Amino acid sequence: MSQLITVHDPRGYPPKVAGKRLAARPETLNGKTLYLVDCLFDNSEVFMDQLKDWFAKNLPAVNTKIIKPRESWVDDADMRAKIEADGSAAILGVGL
Amino acid sequence: MALEQAGIPAVAVHTNVFARLAQSTARAAGMPRTRQSFVPQPVVDVSPEHLRGYIEGIDPVSKKPFMQGVIEGLTGPLNDEDLKGMSFERSTPRLLAPATEDDLQQLFMDNYWTDFMPVILPTEERVAAMLKGTSHPPGKVVGRMRPTNFREAWELTVEKVAVNAVMAGCKPEYLPVVLAHAASGISARSSSTTSLAMTTVVNGPIRDEIGMSSGIGAMGPYNHANVTIGRAYNLLSVNGQGGSVPGDTYMGTLGNAYNYSATFAEAEDRSPWQPFHVQQGFKPTDSTVSIFFGGRYTTSGFGPRDTWKEKFVRCITAGDHNQPPLIVMDPLVARLFVEMGFDTKEKLAQWCSENAVMPARDYWDDQWVQTLTLPLAVAGVEPHAAKLKAPPDQLVRMYEPEEIKIVVVGGETQGAFRMIGGRYTKAATISVDAWR
Repeated sequence: MSQLITVHDPRGYPPKVAGKRLAARPETLNGKTLYLVDCLFDNSEVFMDQLKDWFAKNLPAVNTKIIKPRESWVDDADMRAKIEADGSAAILGVGL
Repeated sequence: MALEQAGIPAVAVHTNVFARLAQSTARAAGMPRTRQSFVPQPVVDVSPEHLRGYIEGIDPVSKKPFMQGVIEGLTGPLNDEDLKGMSFERSTPRLLAPATEDDLQQLFMDNYWTDFMPVILPTEERVAAMLKGTSHPPGKVVGRMRPTNFREAWELTVEKVAVNAVMAGCKPEYLPVVLAHAASGISARSSSTTSLAMTTVVNGPIRDEIGMSSGIGAMGPYNHANVTIGRAYNLLSVNGQGGSVPGDTYMGTLGNAYNYSATFAEAEDRSPWQPFHVQQGFKPTDSTVSIFFGGRYTTSGFGPRDTWKEKFVRCITAGDHNQPPLIVMDPLVARLFVEMGFDTKEKLAQWCSENAVMPARDYWDDQWVQTLTLPLAVAGVEPHAAKLKAPPDQLVRMYEPEEIKIVVVGGETQGAFRMIGGRYTKAATISVDAWR
């Protein structure tokens, strides 16, 4: 049992990872449109409603809009285009 | 991350038990400094007031007020690390450093490369012998796998599949069946919180060629080919996709015993119905593997007795609302159904679809129907949209006929049937012959 043996690594081959930069941040959200993206998990709609209400009470100068993708776990290009067209920032949740 | 790339600052909110997974996913996507905030688990089944408490409370990961972290994440200045992202290349070595057998068994367990039962160590000699089971070159890419669709897909070559087949205890002649599983691209080890597992069914001449069982104890553990092929599918999924590690790449809260091995052959020669692969458009002489996605529930019964209709409805409606059943039944049961007029599997599936109904209120009160089906219903996709329009007390079908699948298996010692959560998609029947 003390004999050294050589075996194969069982793992597959990972892809190369290309770095992606973060978007530039605004100094403030005041006067800007912040999208609240409901990721469609059970009860995330309620979470986003509460988040919208929190902004209304605590940061009323931020214009919040709730938006949903067409399906769970699917990249909705139309939704992203809408956010990119008139949004300044986004909060996504509640993801697992 | 796509929004960040498009110039939109974003913060992703997760529950705290997903912190490691969320952070490792961001790193593997090249954006390790993605802004993330965390609320306590659970979000499901709690009141609006409870959720408001999360928002006004403390982020359990950063230990800062949750909303402070969100606002800082959207407006805080970026540094050089934020702006450049992180590019890197990883690889896995072909061979591991020499070590003793005991140390290697421990290494494999420490890295979650096993199912925590001893494996056959994949020496160069054993892997070379396994590769004789296929005509395909070792470096050929068989497929790609990932634990969930927001993770990066890893690549599996013929040699890597052979390595995992050795570990599972397979014989070389099983390799084409194992390669077909790998070629599906469907991981047997999803990271899902719901503890998914795959059940796989082998059809065609390969069953007898390699001695698979469709008789007594076929669903395990009483046949070498059945057990080791199913185990190999799980091991190659774990390792081929780059891991199935609790808290990182596996989040199944309960786990699932079907994740050890759940592969068997259909009893084509003793079934009164068409073999499953022929139903999917293959020839009887083709050899195939079919994969059924789910494994979250199992109901069972015997018969069919006089009250079989009530029993079938109870079994189907007791299962998950979004995971149709794979109905497996002994040939004794299948033949009695034929005597009752169900001369095709499709007719019995049609009956199940029409009769396994429940009030719309109950149907929609399901976490995964809410998450996965409701958006489709809202978008007008049928048959979901019609179910959404139904009054709460109206009975609605759980599944369409084509979603309910039937496979005949068993040793005719008992008229037994089981219903196993098993969603099937057309692409999930893979040719074994292509991998001989």
